[in-house]
Amino acid sequence: MRNQLLIANGQGFWGDSILGPVRLVREGPLDYLALDYLAEVTMSIMQKLRSRDPEAGYATDFVRMLDRVLPEAFDKGIKIVANAGGVNPRACMRAVVELARKKGCTGLKVGIVDGDDVLGRIDELLADGEAMANLDTGEPLNAIRDRILSANVYIGAQSVADCLAAGADIVIGGRITDPALVAGPMMYEFGWSATDYDLLAASTVAGHIVECGAQCTGGNYTRWREIDGWANLGYPIVDARPDGTFWITKHEGTGGVVSRDSVVHQLLYEMGDPTRYLGPDCTADFTSAIVEQDGPDRVRVSGVRGGAPTDTYKVSISYQNGYKATGQLVVSGPDARAKAELCADIVFDRLLLDGVSFAPDQKTVELLGTGVCHAGIVDPCDPPEVVLRIGVKDTDRRKVDRFGMEIVPLVTSGPPGVTGFAGGRPKATDIVGYWPALLGKDKVTTTVDVEEVR
Amino acid sequence: MSRIRLGDIAQARSGDKGDGSNVGVFVSNEADYELIRRVLTTDRVKAHFRGICFGDVERYELPNLFALNFILHDSLGGGGSESLKSDAQGKTHGLAILEMEIES
Repeated sequence: MRNQLLIANGQGFWGDSILGPVRLVREGPLDYLALDYLAEVTMSIMQKLRSRDPEAGYATDFVRMLDRVLPEAFDKGIKIVANAGGVNPRACMRAVVELARKKGCTGLKVGIVDGDDVLGRIDELLADGEAMANLDTGEPLNAIRDRILSANVYIGAQSVADCLAAGADIVIGGRITDPALVAGPMMYEFGWSATDYDLLAASTVAGHIVECGAQCTGGNYTRWREIDGWANLGYPIVDARPDGTFWITKHEGTGGVVSRDSVVHQLLYEMGDPTRYLGPDCTADFTSAIVEQDGPDRVRVSGVRGGAPTDTYKVSISYQNGYKATGQLVVSGPDARAKAELCADIVFDRLLLDGVSFAPDQKTVELLGTGVCHAGIVDPCDPPEVVLRIGVKDTDRRKVDRFGMEIVPLVTSGPPGVTGFAGGRPKATDIVGYWPALLGKDKVTTTVDVEEVR
Repeated sequence: MSRIRLGDIAQARSGDKGDGSNVGVFVSNEADYELIRRVLTTDRVKAHFRGICFGDVERYELPNLFALNFILHDSLGGGGSESLKSDAQGKTHGLAILEMEIES
């Protein structure tokens, strides 16, 4: 049994810098590298890709990243845990095994966690009495049944630990929760049981702190002027112990900061009721955590308490919910504000001439630069130039595309000083609705599979 | 009694929670924590975000972190992919609360 574990997070979301994981592998000691690739919308995109190609539907960025860190990570014994499998973990595994073979990583074991994807089981589950009503609105699933794009259960640390116990050096999962990417290795390496709720809660808090990568090491930090070394901002590392105590730190010589403030920033991120943070493995009480500075770039977290999880999993269901488009123009001064407002009126009035209208809550007009983000809080101003951002949504795709054709004409048929139109006409894109629901834990079984590179 | 900007004593981070945002605010000592506990009522926060938040405001206390957590319901124009807003995830709401003037 290990008595210490260094677990880093090198990817806060799909689209985060590839330098994060690459640098973590090179810059210092590490036992595990955790990587988060999923968001609610991601799963629907992946299902669409998979419907066109049976070998698609996972985060190809992950394979590109491995191309940069293998065989170094393998040689250093760094294990990797990622939810890069999306809706097709097995195809992701095949791609990783093939890459590892090319890189000469003989003996590397690639594992997957499967079973979170319940898209093909919706009717069976409904017939079995699982209503999967919308958690926010209470609406029954029938309201969107024929428009469902993806359905995935949030699975936890236990599944990751199972895959590691089966010998995996790389764990690829689908909708593994972000904290479980860190909690899973702790559970496995420290030999915790499924009822060690305080310990699991501690590892959940650790995972929560590092799940957005550099957001706990100086990124998105209120007092940003205090941060040095932006280009090589360090990515966070959990220095964990078997009793649930852990330190947040970063590799020596990297930029940014790990301070009580940087950690508290991230503890509060996307927080609901802090006394009852719900996860698949436990509930965690964030008000029990003792957070203390313990040397430069080192913060100690201890005392975390937790409780038993609920008997349901959270299911994330996505569905087609209409179309939207937004376009932008630059409007220079003098009178930038008034002219931008006029431009927006012209667009909607011209659409009316052509019989196309949108309800007030189906359109938006933002004069970026005048105080949009802090509306009602800062005084709106009339800057030397503004960006007019204008958008609509509707269930009728043709209306949304018609809107997209009426923006660029303003350059020659609007007030003077209109420019900066790039990227062509905005086209209608899908609105992916999000439908959170619950599903009985007895209805979901996750399985693991491990393949050795030969 | 003098008036200060909340940002003079507090820091904040925000993110999305469905069609609402969460705004976490924290200070560095007990005295300031008691101050923000007293002045940052849900009514006060709701009034501050009148141009952004169109639903209820919920408040949670985290004394261990000298922090308060607010949920601003209906503040993202539908949230996620539904929203037409630039700040569809409430990323800037944390800085917005720090603009508040309070009595110290």
